[in-house]
Amino acid sequence: MAERSGARRVVVTGMGVVSALGPDLPSFWDALSGGRHGFAPIRAVDCSTLRSRVCAEARGFEPAAHFEPRELDFLDRFAQFAVAAAREAVRDAGLHGAALAELAGRTAVVTGSCVGGLASQEQGYVRLFVEDRRPHPLTIPRTMANAGASHISMSMGLTGPAFTTSSACSSANHALGTALMMLRSGMADLAIAGGSEAPFTLGNLKAWDVMRVVATDACRPFSKNRRGMLLGEGGAMLVLEPLEAARARGARIYAELAGFGMSADAHHLTQPSGEGASRAMRLALQDSGLAAEQIGYVNAHGTGTPANDAVETASIRAALGAHAERVAVSSTKSMHGHGLGAAGAFEAVATVMALHTGTLPPTAGYQEPDPECDLDVIPNHARAARIEAALSNSFAFGGLNAVLAFRKDAG
Amino acid sequence: VIAESVVGAIAKVKRIPEDRITLESTFAELEIDSLDGVEIVCELEERFDIAIPDDVARNMTSVGQVVDSLRPLVGGGGAASGPAGGDG
Repeated sequence: MAERSGARRVVVTGMGVVSALGPDLPSFWDALSGGRHGFAPIRAVDCSTLRSRVCAEARGFEPAAHFEPRELDFLDRFAQFAVAAAREAVRDAGLHGAALAELAGRTAVVTGSCVGGLASQEQGYVRLFVEDRRPHPLTIPRTMANAGASHISMSMGLTGPAFTTSSACSSANHALGTALMMLRSGMADLAIAGGSEAPFTLGNLKAWDVMRVVATDACRPFSKNRRGMLLGEGGAMLVLEPLEAARARGARIYAELAGFGMSADAHHLTQPSGEGASRAMRLALQDSGLAAEQIGYVNAHGTGTPANDAVETASIRAALGAHAERVAVSSTKSMHGHGLGAAGAFEAVATVMALHTGTLPPTAGYQEPDPECDLDVIPNHARAARIEAALSNSFAFGGLNAVLAFRKDAG
Repeated sequence: VIAESVVGAIAKVKRIPEDRITLESTFAELEIDSLDGVEIVCELEERFDIAIPDDVARNMTSVGQVVDSLRPLVGGGGAASGPAGGDG
């Protein structure tokens, strides 16, 4: 196997998740491996005027269990998700006070977010345009897309590089891929990377509604009767560190983040070209030194829109060649919803857990085979399979593609 | 009246009980930083329907000093409370 000469290998040693499937990693994986989705009628806003009234809300997340009331004044919901997930990830990695403090200046924080503190911004607009008042004085720092990264760094005292990537549905994969490059280069010795999103405001849901890409009933990726995506909220963060550092401290290694590929379609604002997606997958393989035949699972972008799933099927074939007929593919968006800026992070966790546990999460809600989506999509029920490596796809509106490659054994 | 409103605004913004705040309390003692200060100024502007100038807003150091600096800004009510020996 081709190894990257000289570059450090990077492994995942901790994960944290807040999602509609539960407030932590165990509840997330329990639902995914059980094929259970988190969709329910929307509670966050009055949805009586919406076409689509179903989404994946993180109902089990109790802000008061994580933050003091005065802290919450400064935290939009998307930043709360980021901090809560990061804290769980750091605990999960076994990085307690002193160990983390020692690495504080060498720790990178890279968070993905598509829309930032949308609820705070919208509340400001309601005050201004409806109530004839001024926006709240904390509207700007609550809304800024980097608030997640900033609050993680402040709450943990981390003083290394910290910033936010924003590329719509690929935001978190760009964050994780950027963290990988920083760790390989030696620019950082530890990274907390992922994404978070809290997109459930009336204004945003109405905007999704009129785009007609959101389903009105259920999310059925790769199924012939699929009608669109369903949105999800939450956050997921991964602790990444060089392999040798993880071994030296005796950390549990979930999997290796082995490669990253990105591309732009340069094609259309919302329609995927397919060529860009397959190129990003091939680049991730090339970067990881993995052959297509070593990939046992692809966590698809799999939004459940008519356009994405058919084009993604073709692009997986184009990237993996004949091996595409043998690879298992699923869309976990069918359970945690489309998390937008958090999506890639949810799916990185799902992919890492698939490698770590030998259980491939299914595509839930699947009903009817579609000749245009005829790969093995793991319909409805998880599958036991010892796999060597996996890809996790994210393809954003605007044609921005980012694919992560993970490998089971770091040996 | 002004003092009560200042104490009320600080208590609301900082989420602390009003009885922790006296006219002698300094902003440092109450751990009020510049961002808290902006919220408090906004709250006071809305309570009194006044515009607090930037130089006043940026130089708040204690509860008593804020009360004093608001007195000339608050219309009839504030001015009248002085001679009447009100509760300001």
